[in-house]
Amino acid sequence: MKKVYNRILSVVGNVITVRAEDVSYEELAEVTTSRGKTLAQVIKMEDDIVSLQVFAGSKGVSTDDEIRFLGHPMKVAYSENMLGRIFNGSGQPRDKGPALTENMIEIAGPSVNPAKRIIPKRMIRTNIPMIDLFNSLVVSQKLPIFSVSGEPYNELLARIALQAEVDMIILGGIGLKFDEYMYFRNELEKGGALNRSVFFVHTASDPVVEGLMVPDLALAVAERFALDGKDVLVLLTDMTNFADAMKEIAITMEQVPSNRGYPGDLYSQLAARYEKAVDFDDAGSITVLAVTTMPGDDVTHPVPDNTGYITEGQFYLRNGRIEPFGSLSRLKQQVNDKTRKDHRAIMDGMIQLYAQYQETEEKRSMGFRMSEWDKKLLKYGKLFEERMMSLKVNIPLEEALDNGWKILAECFNPDETGFRSELVKEFWPKGN
Amino acid sequence: MSDMVKGVITSISGNMISVRFKGSIVQNEVGYVVLGNERLKSEVIKIKGDLAYMQVYELTKGIKVGDPVEFTREMLSVQLGPGVLSRVYDGLQNPLNDLAEAHGFFLPRGVVLDAIDLEQTWAFTPVVKKGDVVYRGMAVGTVPEGIFKHKIMVPFNWYDEYTVESVVKAGDYNVTDEVAVLKDSRGDKHSVTMLFEWPVKIPIDAYNQKLVPVKPMSTRIRIVDTFFPVNKGGTYCIPGPFGAGKTVLQQLTSRYADVDIVIIAACGERAGEVVETLREFPKLEDPRTGKTLMERTVIICNTSSMPVAAREASVYTAATIGEYYRQMGLDVLLLADSTSRWAQAMREVSGRLEEIPGEEAFPAYLESRIAEFYERAGYVELPDGTYGSMTIGGTVSPAGGNFEEPVTQATLKVVGAFHGLSRARSDARRYPAIDPLDSWSKYSGVIPVEKVMEAHDVLRRGNEVHQMMMVVGEEGTSLEDFVVYLKGELLDSVYLQQDGFDPVAASCDVERQKYMFKVIYDILFDTFSFNNKEEARKFFNALRQLIVDWNYIPMEDDKFMEHEKLIDKHLKSAITEKAVA
Repeated sequence: MKKVYNRILSVVGNVITVRAEDVSYEELAEVTTSRGKTLAQVIKMEDDIVSLQVFAGSKGVSTDDEIRFLGHPMKVAYSENMLGRIFNGSGQPRDKGPALTENMIEIAGPSVNPAKRIIPKRMIRTNIPMIDLFNSLVVSQKLPIFSVSGEPYNELLARIALQAEVDMIILGGIGLKFDEYMYFRNELEKGGALNRSVFFVHTASDPVVEGLMVPDLALAVAERFALDGKDVLVLLTDMTNFADAMKEIAITMEQVPSNRGYPGDLYSQLAARYEKAVDFDDAGSITVLAVTTMPGDDVTHPVPDNTGYITEGQFYLRNGRIEPFGSLSRLKQQVNDKTRKDHRAIMDGMIQLYAQYQETEEKRSMGFRMSEWDKKLLKYGKLFEERMMSLKVNIPLEEALDNGWKILAECFNPDETGFRSELVKEFWPKGN
Repeated sequence: MSDMVKGVITSISGNMISVRFKGSIVQNEVGYVVLGNERLKSEVIKIKGDLAYMQVYELTKGIKVGDPVEFTREMLSVQLGPGVLSRVYDGLQNPLNDLAEAHGFFLPRGVVLDAIDLEQTWAFTPVVKKGDVVYRGMAVGTVPEGIFKHKIMVPFNWYDEYTVESVVKAGDYNVTDEVAVLKDSRGDKHSVTMLFEWPVKIPIDAYNQKLVPVKPMSTRIRIVDTFFPVNKGGTYCIPGPFGAGKTVLQQLTSRYADVDIVIIAACGERAGEVVETLREFPKLEDPRTGKTLMERTVIICNTSSMPVAAREASVYTAATIGEYYRQMGLDVLLLADSTSRWAQAMREVSGRLEEIPGEEAFPAYLESRIAEFYERAGYVELPDGTYGSMTIGGTVSPAGGNFEEPVTQATLKVVGAFHGLSRARSDARRYPAIDPLDSWSKYSGVIPVEKVMEAHDVLRRGNEVHQMMMVVGEEGTSLEDFVVYLKGELLDSVYLQQDGFDPVAASCDVERQKYMFKVIYDILFDTFSFNNKEEARKFFNALRQLIVDWNYIPMEDDKFMEHEKLIDKHLKSAITEKAVA
């Protein structure tokens, strides 16, 4: 039986310290305050002084509150009964259902042996040309959506989740606004996907620290389902809130900040979560789609910057469209050679021309005379935005490719496009 | 051992522990946290009074204050001997395939396996006889390892002069069998096996002298070999924002570089990228030997979610293995991806030690550590008069893609070539996205330097015209300047850019580069004359098309020459239209 302590030495931010013995690193404790029970986790030990981060926050914690160590790190239940259920950031039910206590698994387990990973080869079709054609999503990919607040990133996330062919959806909400949380619920319900989904939701009104566990809970459960052969899609929104919660704890613990107050291990911490994305040999897979909001639309902000180095690409969502520049799927090369032989050429060629269009557009806005070539580019850019970039377009990849050739033929002669002659011969629409 | 130094843990924070010890310990020595059956490898990184600060190479979850620590008195070392090639290790030289076989999908904690198969036998051929005098680094025999003659050498930390007392007959032995006995100057006898250990943080220096790197290392990437070459034994770095193609560039280099052995240190990067190499190299044919690429490759793989202290060690592990093979007279290429992650690992450790932070919280010794690492590269003359080289290429992942940050700056000070990747070029899908105007190299490549400089000048002037056109518009640019711009663009799109995914286009060997460079060079300095800009643009568009197609035709194919004739014909068409000869 574990001893109970009731002498809290210090309360700083959401971290409390207590003198205790026989405690192990990252162990959980239960703190009983006047406001009820809350979980806390050991984050530092120095001789017999133990520091704990309190998930419900330290508001109302009294120095003589009871602390009971549980003898194990954070765990979460894992069973089929979780499907359709909604939990909070401590893994407790948020809906009216019963708490699950059987088959508890540890969260934040060891990483997958790289030698046991396989090369991802399965494309996830979304019927969004900016994804399927230009930056194909692949099973086991980890990919964030970079955007500023106010963009429809959660709508995009929900749409991909519903259109993607996966066995299960696990949503990890960190600092989610209440109406966004309801939006996800309603969308998945409408799409008939709620009964194959599990929600771990931490809302903006919950204590900040509680959000820290959400990615680990979601991914630990996803990992088990994947080992049981399921293709799992994990949605994490918004990872910037997660990083901010880490920053808060790091500063409370007086760690030396590295960049804009974020802890030096931000990269490793984010990577530990994103790297859970995997395609298991002879079993299922985890694909991670996350949202990273960029404060001030600044991609060099430490959170999007570190994220970009970890994930296998990123989608920039700007003005309600997925930007062709900067957006990237690093795994697209694994799948886009097996779709249609003009896929890669269209993918690169159309973007190169669109880049030239933007340059021309710049010149035009400065009032320069437009050459014949410039006029062609202007026409092209407009068509490209209308028929490819708009999120309203909802067509399969093959149709998108055909559309691509049509747009090209409406604007250019074949030799102006830089495509290999062999492809032009085969795909250039006849009669142009 | 009765005199083993022991200690107990007094504090834990992240992967850093402090340990109160009795007796004497060595800086950087390895100790083990004993946690039931698990033994967690740790390294002493700071000693203060009776407290040792140690970084733990594993997850620290579950450790308690008061848990025992056993010290070993050995620094972190790797096993060297035949059987290292084609293996996949983590940052501490644990063989990942063996771990997978024994423990399944996940990396277990506290498990140490032999890096080299102790059972496997090797066909040993002696090269010394009784009475011969040998020094450290000299061979006593050889074994075949794949396509290489693996030298069995006098261990590099035997600093005496030795006389061969006995050597075994040619035959099959495993790595722990005694193959020779050497007598030192005091008459003490020492047994030589095929296996010995070397501390990773100490460079191997069992060579006569280090020389200036002079031989070019071909990568079959035109922009590198022609414009920003790297020599064997040299160093280079590839900084670039995320998504600019650092890793693809490294992968292409690891495939096509004309070196004997490639060591890939995947340091704190995505696991998925290593997997590609891991799964495909055993299938890909080495164009030079006909064997698989894996047979000349060693992968040190400590990806981003693996413990951060082992990430710090991984580049040293890779360098040590590289230096070991260099001692055999081989050309080694070490690719470290990414050195920023390694630097961040140092930063995490430094932060936990509560050291006074330098710029962006990196430790003050960042620069010297980076310099020490790159200095391990080199072209050396070995004790037997042959030469070996180790080339180091490191990627840098600067925060926000800004090259002004500490890791990039410290790296630029010590490397011989700089391949700066630019976001603008990758956005415009101009791959490889090495910025031709910012990058530089101090080495001389396969094409005479003067010619390269001249071509580079066209590129620079073309860019100037382009910048000017952005301000004054096309109508404000003279036809003459406009043609310079088009020439620059042509050089860029058909020579600097290269399709990395087409087997023919991706690999442009030295011979082809020389041939092609001549053709392009002539075009750059031919005088063309056109009636107007539209006509010039049309001409160059068509020319570009022709040369792009040409890039996809194998040089030995008959069509190669035919196609060149088409290009010639097209060029002549503009010359006939020339107003003034």
